Amino acid sequence: MIPGSFDYHRPATVQEAARLVASLGEDARVVAGGHSLIPMMKLRMAAPAHLIDLQGVEGLAGIAVSGGEVRIGAMTTQHMLIEDAALAQAAPLVREAALQIADPQVRYMGTIGGNLANGDPGNDMPGLMQCLDAAFTLVGPEGARQVRAREFYFGAYDTARAEDEILSEIAFSGHAGAGYAYEKQKRKIGDYATAAAAVLLRMEGGRCAAASVAMTNLADRPIFSQAAADALVGSPLDAAALDAAVAAMQGDIAPGADTRGPVEFKRHVAGVMLRRAVARAASRA
Amino acid sequence: MSKMHVKLTVNGKAVEALAEPRTLLIHFLREELGITGPHIGCESSHCGACTVDMGGRSVKACTMFVAQANGAEITTVEGLAAADGTLHPLQEAFREHHGLQCGYCTPGMITRAYRLLQENPSPTEAEVRFGLAGNLCRCTGYQNIVKAVLAAAPVMQAQKEAAE
Repeated sequence: MIPGSFDYHRPATVQEAARLVASLGEDARVVAGGHSLIPMMKLRMAAPAHLIDLQGVEGLAGIAVSGGEVRIGAMTTQHMLIEDAALAQAAPLVREAALQIADPQVRYMGTIGGNLANGDPGNDMPGLMQCLDAAFTLVGPEGARQVRAREFYFGAYDTARAEDEILSEIAFSGHAGAGYAYEKQKRKIGDYATAAAAVLLRMEGGRCAAASVAMTNLADRPIFSQAAADALVGSPLDAAALDAAVAAMQGDIAPGADTRGPVEFKRHVAGVMLRRAVARAASRA
Repeated sequence: MSKMHVKLTVNGKAVEALAEPRTLLIHFLREELGITGPHIGCESSHCGACTVDMGGRSVKACTMFVAQANGAEITTVEGLAAADGTLHPLQEAFREHHGLQCGYCTPGMITRAYRLLQENPSPTEAEVRFGLAGNLCRCTGYQNIVKAVLAAAPVMQAQKEAAE
């Protein structure tokens, strides 16, 4: 499989990268780890005339944890997320999810920024970042702006990022003290989720005091389900509350049938994932 | 769409060539440099037969443009044995424990296991299986591959300690 020809650019700063993106226009694609884009280029489903490689951009990879606040550069790989001790302390949910993405080789190359910016509904990080209520920094010719993860995704490959913007940083608050779980059903290592659930919750006096629920690969975008969280809050996480949360979540998702199964199956698996995630999060709260 | 000048270090040797940016690293290694240890299996980032070590990372050379690898240090299975031909402990362990049958996945398996054991010098069986999850083998059922990697770990560690 031979991809189409392109000119290769390796800018050294994010400003230079943004200028290239702006001047080369829609013939250009930004590449991070390349593990979504390159397979598409090999199939000639993508054929950019210019490839702008972000690997040389200074300061775009790295994890900073300070006062419970987490900032992650867009070029930080899944492998780096897994290996970072401070991140594992502040937001262990991220490590738990990153370990369930793809396989070791892909995790050495695949980046959090690529996973988030691509807008593939199968990607795990978008739902995870909605669960964490993260904010994304987008750098464009006019400067930088922030967009919340919960407002970033419009549909498959359709996001709030403009063509001439580059996702540079992800920021969220750590969840120390909260119960957490990322439950993902997949057919095999390396596959996208049939269904996945990200859950954070806090318990007080045997009752759920706060909750956040997001689902992956169950619509054309990640699904942050406020209704599912509302069904959990105030309850002792008993069977009635879990049933209500699953029903609320199922009201928010809209899975399509594909090789991972028919719609009814996916809705069923989504419920199983949410129940497991809540149970495991509660056991850690 | 002109060719670009690429400079790499492959198995300790400096390499320079003119290449189209779109050339996949696996094609560059095999066709331009004649390094045919890394194999082309699925060509779709799944099977791991093309795995090489690049700057301390196991990567699938079928999912990497030579342009991206420009400036990198790459080790393939050819670079693991000693200069006098003495097999690397992983190669020796694969032979000893029958960790291969047809051999197609073996270069990728060994190159991946090499990086895994640098990062985790004494893994559990579960950690070996998880660490090799990006490499497919259709012959062995993995049992003897896992055995070989577990057997190579203490040998590699002893060699490292002896060298220090």
